[in-house]
Amino acid sequence: MPESKEREQAEPARSAVARAVGDPVSRRKFMALTGGSAAAAAFLAACGSDDDTTTTSSQMGGGGSSETAQFGKGDVGILNYALTLEYLEAAFYADVVKSGLFKGPDLETIRKFGEEEAEHVTALTAAVKQLGGKPAPEPKTEFPLESAKAVLELAGTVENLGAAAYLGQAANIKSPAVLGSALAIHSVEGRHAAALNTLLGKSITPDGAFAKPADVKTVLKSVEPFIVS
Amino acid sequence: MSHEELAHPELAGVHVDEDSGDLSRSEVILKGALAAGAVYGTFMVGPFVRRALAASGDGDVGILNFALTLEYLESSFYEEAKTRAGASGELKSLIALLAKDEREHVEALTATIKKLGGKPVAEPKFDFSYGDTAGFLKLAQTFEDTGVSAYNGAGPSIKSKEVLAAAGSIVQVEARHAAAIRLQNMEEPSPEAFDPPLGEAQVLKAVEPFIA
Repeated sequence: MPESKEREQAEPARSAVARAVGDPVSRRKFMALTGGSAAAAAFLAACGSDDDTTTTSSQMGGGGSSETAQFGKGDVGILNYALTLEYLEAAFYADVVKSGLFKGPDLETIRKFGEEEAEHVTALTAAVKQLGGKPAPEPKTEFPLESAKAVLELAGTVENLGAAAYLGQAANIKSPAVLGSALAIHSVEGRHAAALNTLLGKSITPDGAFAKPADVKTVLKSVEPFIVS
Repeated sequence: MSHEELAHPELAGVHVDEDSGDLSRSEVILKGALAAGAVYGTFMVGPFVRRALAASGDGDVGILNFALTLEYLESSFYEEAKTRAGASGELKSLIALLAKDEREHVEALTATIKKLGGKPVAEPKFDFSYGDTAGFLKLAQTFEDTGVSAYNGAGPSIKSKEVLAAAGSIVQVEARHAAAIRLQNMEEPSPEAFDPPLGEAQVLKAVEPFIA
């Protein structure tokens, strides 16, 4: 943890995050410790999310295999879709770091989140190339950064959406190797979403015992306001 | 082997009951996975599970039955913890939530196995050895991280898109549980940027001695 100096500076004053969400000590400690990333997230498609049924296969994420066609064919399209979301999240955290809204351990956490995003971007870019595809371009983005609380809310929204996005595509992935990589990111995204939800005082499992997928159209519409070009 | 040598000594204290006379293959695999997790770290478990199940020829039903056994373990663990973990406040609420989620996973997996024409494994008896809230939390973290690793390891071997979708829906919730428990333990919710299982050959070699 290279930011120990900043952490010292932030104590004992309550951090911006702590003030923003009125969190207990344990959550502040969490911010200092957490190393999660933002990243969009994960794969596996989902199912069985209805509360009143035990069926686990009632709801496939995503429609046909062409749902991500605008990003490329087959697995390349799915990976480029994920890459686009990861770029967006990486840019978001980078902007938040620059905004000055967070200091000390909170800033450290956000920077760490951004670094993990960047790792996902790197991995997905490599995967696309490995499949002989052309990696999606980095979108230009702009995010509303009005207050620490608003930023945290947005982070939570983005993380949960990202996890749902991956879940919506998992079952469409053809290559077991790509699926394995996707799963490795998916569960990390789920962890991040739960951590942010905890920080925000929200349920760690907003969908209940079965996470729900989001289709491409829904996800893109949700992030559209942040994409400039 | 002494507990000092174990990466996760708390797992060595988990006893999967063999006295019922009909130890299912899933229980045997679970015992192996737990033993491997105890000695080599939880992230070694996933690929072992995948390989063990793939080798058995049981296909999706075999994977689901293994998952069901893991969910039985978690469900039993949290149900018991309601009165045993000595928790209060936020943690008490969290335990209730986890118990409910794991029970729902048990029900969903059971239904899915039946739907595929398979026979759901019976619920094993477990014996969890912990003495206090801290001990409970440590074991919970190991179980949740192990669960994530097991599902992720099995995922690429799943044939049916519906089953894969179901497994994905569950593993994300397991990952959320893992993050929440880790926060209770003041540990990073996501220790790494990726939750990948380790190399198969390495894992197999490591865990084979523990397969009954």
